[in-house]
Amino acid sequence: MTTILDVQHLTKTYRTAAGALTVLKDISLTLPEGATCSILGPSGSGKTTLLGLCAGLDRPTSGSVLLAGNPLADCDEDERARIRNQHVGFVFQNFQLISTLTALENVTVPMELRGDRSARALGLDLLGRVGLGERIDHYPAQLSGGEQQRVALARAFINRPQILFADEPTGNLDAETSSGIIEIMFELNRSAGTALVLVTHDPDVAKLTERTIRLRNGEAV
Amino acid sequence: MHPSFIWKMAWRDSRSSRRRLLAFSISITLGIAALVSIGSFRITLAQAIDDQARTLVGADLIIVSRRAFTPEEEAFLHSLGEPQAREVRFSTMATFAKGTRLTAVRALAGDFPFYGTMETDPLNAARDFRQGGGVVVKESLLIQFGAKPGDHVKIGDVDFIIAGALKKIPGEGSAATSFTPSVYIPLQDLAATNLLKPGSVVRYRDYIKFAAGTDAEKRIALLVPQIQKFGLDYDTVAKQKRDLGNSLDNLYRFLNLVGFVALLLGAVGVASAIAAHLQQKQKTGAILRCLGASARGTAFVYVLQAAAMGFVGALAGAALGIVMQITLPRLLKSFMPLPIATTLAWLPILRGMFIGLGICILFALPALLRFRRLSPLIVLRAHVEQERPRRDRAVIVIYLLIAASVTAFGIEQSDQWLRGLIFAAALGLAILIFIGVAKLLIVLVRKFFPHGWSFALRQGLANLYRPNNRTLLLTISLGLGTFLLLNLYLTREVLLAQFKSIGANDQPNIFLFDIQPDQTTGVTEIVRSLGLPIIQQAPVVTMRLTQIKDRLTSDLVADKQNKIPEWELQREYRSTFREVLAETEKIIAGQWIGRVAYKPGDVVPVSLDKELADDWKAKIGDELVFDVQGVPLKTRIASLRDIDWKRFQTNFFVVFPVGVLESAPTFNVLVSRVPDPAASARLQNAVVAKFSNVSAIDLTTVIQTVDSILGKVALVIRLISLYTLAAGLIVLGSTIWSGRYQRLKESVLLRTLGASRAQIYQILCAEYFALGLLASATAIVLALASSWALARFVFKLDYAPSFWPLLIAVAAVSGLTVVIGLLTSRGIGTTPPLEILRTEVE
Repeated sequence: MTTILDVQHLTKTYRTAAGALTVLKDISLTLPEGATCSILGPSGSGKTTLLGLCAGLDRPTSGSVLLAGNPLADCDEDERARIRNQHVGFVFQNFQLISTLTALENVTVPMELRGDRSARALGLDLLGRVGLGERIDHYPAQLSGGEQQRVALARAFINRPQILFADEPTGNLDAETSSGIIEIMFELNRSAGTALVLVTHDPDVAKLTERTIRLRNGEAV
Repeated sequence: MHPSFIWKMAWRDSRSSRRRLLAFSISITLGIAALVSIGSFRITLAQAIDDQARTLVGADLIIVSRRAFTPEEEAFLHSLGEPQAREVRFSTMATFAKGTRLTAVRALAGDFPFYGTMETDPLNAARDFRQGGGVVVKESLLIQFGAKPGDHVKIGDVDFIIAGALKKIPGEGSAATSFTPSVYIPLQDLAATNLLKPGSVVRYRDYIKFAAGTDAEKRIALLVPQIQKFGLDYDTVAKQKRDLGNSLDNLYRFLNLVGFVALLLGAVGVASAIAAHLQQKQKTGAILRCLGASARGTAFVYVLQAAAMGFVGALAGAALGIVMQITLPRLLKSFMPLPIATTLAWLPILRGMFIGLGICILFALPALLRFRRLSPLIVLRAHVEQERPRRDRAVIVIYLLIAASVTAFGIEQSDQWLRGLIFAAALGLAILIFIGVAKLLIVLVRKFFPHGWSFALRQGLANLYRPNNRTLLLTISLGLGTFLLLNLYLTREVLLAQFKSIGANDQPNIFLFDIQPDQTTGVTEIVRSLGLPIIQQAPVVTMRLTQIKDRLTSDLVADKQNKIPEWELQREYRSTFREVLAETEKIIAGQWIGRVAYKPGDVVPVSLDKELADDWKAKIGDELVFDVQGVPLKTRIASLRDIDWKRFQTNFFVVFPVGVLESAPTFNVLVSRVPDPAASARLQNAVVAKFSNVSAIDLTTVIQTVDSILGKVALVIRLISLYTLAAGLIVLGSTIWSGRYQRLKESVLLRTLGASRAQIYQILCAEYFALGLLASATAIVLALASSWALARFVFKLDYAPSFWPLLIAVAAVSGLTVVIGLLTSRGIGTTPPLEILRTEVE
């Protein structure tokens, strides 16, 4: 099976006024296509930092990341953006929808970035699948938290990504809405064969994934 | 990243930010409007000069002499054969039934003007007075003395009948004739007035009209060598057009500078508005980057928005400019030598829009380029610790481009590259100082933070140094705007102050001149008999400069490398001779020589004004040759004098020692002081009744005229300053408005936590007041320094700024900053926090 994500000896250190602060130490992981993995740990353990490095949102101090066959260390910012656009989907705790765009416009952004004319049809289909077919022209401020996260999910899957990074996707939602979102996420994962990297501090959610990496003080335990 | 997405995203993203973006557009509107209207005004003016130049001169060629034409010159003029007219010009007193005033007499014969018309009331007076016995008098003079056609006016020994009122005649601007209004008399009656005496300042003019179809310029070019050989002056339509163009160029430059200041203020507004807009768009930018948008593409979304808003601003500016195009000629009507039609000129409209749009994008680019460095990590963490950013070459290039374009504009406007460079350097230095002051404030507030103050005040002060503070941006934009406005105000004060000293209580205010040597005693007696003082009495000998060191002045005039102003080489010098220095003079080099035993052929030691010596690069011991009414006189510079020209006395560029000029044709000047207009009229009437050739300048009348002209100038300057002020206020408003969102989130949070409306306003007041106070106080210090430099080095005037307007400026800017700051935060007190967050933030 092809590897979609290969992380080797990843370390991230920040320079602060008080000296060097290492937030991630020597992390390695490999994820095959279509696999699911959760990163579990308490606040400040380095979960989000690891996710950011895996997705090419930040550069490691040392170590390497191979994403969809692309060594990120060799890529400049724009190349990494192109890789994200082609292979990666994101879901965030704070939804991170663009407040000035409608639900449909938010969903179609990744496709439209490429100039794909089928974006609208695909966006309508995805919004229908997450149950928001009637809310396509609504702005994020006019949607509830759960609805916003469903729009974010539709956006994450519109470019048929090979891997989905989800940063505590249910952290801002109630239990009922959370289970709905998790269900949709795993359903889309199954139907599209998308690998899933899920950052969470909820052991029950982590149990749903095939593999769990536990972090404490930046180290895998 | 597909181009179509960039356009779509720019449009979609603007939907919620259009009010904020409008602030961006408005900032440049007034600047562009000024450029458009000023540019159009210049074109219309040039067109008017082209169309009307011949009617301004009234003839194709005017030949001017300082003495009566010689038989040889007469023969030359006769040989030209064209229709010609003659005029003799001089100043003298005209006595009406109700008073006496110095007038410019034009004794005219022939059909002048050949182009344009002499407009009189009644109409036929222009023709009839030439038959003899009648005169045409400037309308304003008739009004002053309540005279009307049919009344009498005495000029010299002749009692003329007033044939009509002169409304307009080619060759006479309105400002020049305000001092000495003109009276046209028939040339054949001139001799009877008995006014022309030896030494009188008289101009003889011959007006020539060429036959139809003659190439005037070609024909004049053929005649010029002969005219110059005779030592005569001449004036032509082309020369007049050039002179007019040059003098109007100065006006154009001043207006354009004001326009540029408005545009520059706008650019500051643009820079701060776009910076605030982008700060607000960081999250959107980061999401786009996360979803795969390239850094360049993401930044380009906002470049497009900036360009579109710049275009909207340019369009609005052009529309406003067109409206102003109609107003500007009306505003400047009283200074214009010719009527100006209002026409629509497209070129300046397009030029103004192009420059405005260019400036707008240029000033927006640094912030837009920095946006490329935005980290996508912001979507994961609200605050991302960035490593120290590398130097962005593109941003440096844009800053250099901004500096270059401001410098280029400065050079273009000031006509001298050095001045342009100084202008740009001063502006650059001012910006650096504002940056320094803002950073110093941040450091000082942090270091000496008043922990004991109330929560609201502490919160407001802390806003000055917290992350995303607007201290630097607002200090620069508020400070630069205030600095430019105050500079304009202080410079205007310096220019106007020089006229205030005129007519101070102990200064002389009446000058009697053209007093012949045999009339001196008689005039002195009259002055004394009326109980008036004789403050100064001086003999005057007219002469022309022919040689400076070993170079002829005629060669210097022809030499294109020569830097000595033409008027200094060609003017008629009215020199005096005396034994002692006047109280307005001080010897700064050489030795004062008051008396010599002169023998013909001797080199005469003279004293020269130091400013002239500087211009001529002449020093003690250098030789000058003067032509004293036909007699060459060799002189040597024995001393240099520093003369206080601002004192209303008779001052002289060249002073001779006693013992040389006594036998030359001389007239005398007498200076006195009259307590009131009635005493002035008594003196003038008494002198003119006995000595009709003696003229008087009553300074109180001059002051009134200067006052009325200055009143008009001050009105124009005030209106133009007001325009710049309006531009400044809009920028001030838009700068604060565009940044309101930064404080809004914080205010809403505080409201949510239970802060009262008053507390929120106190916090905002503290922050905005500190910023307004700091920016305006720094601006005042800088404006004082730069206006002092302008007064000292450019205008060469004394500098004594008034204190109160500066304090008022500090209070006004600080107050306005607070008021606008509070206005832009309206709604916080009455609207539910969540509603504000939903509608306003992002």
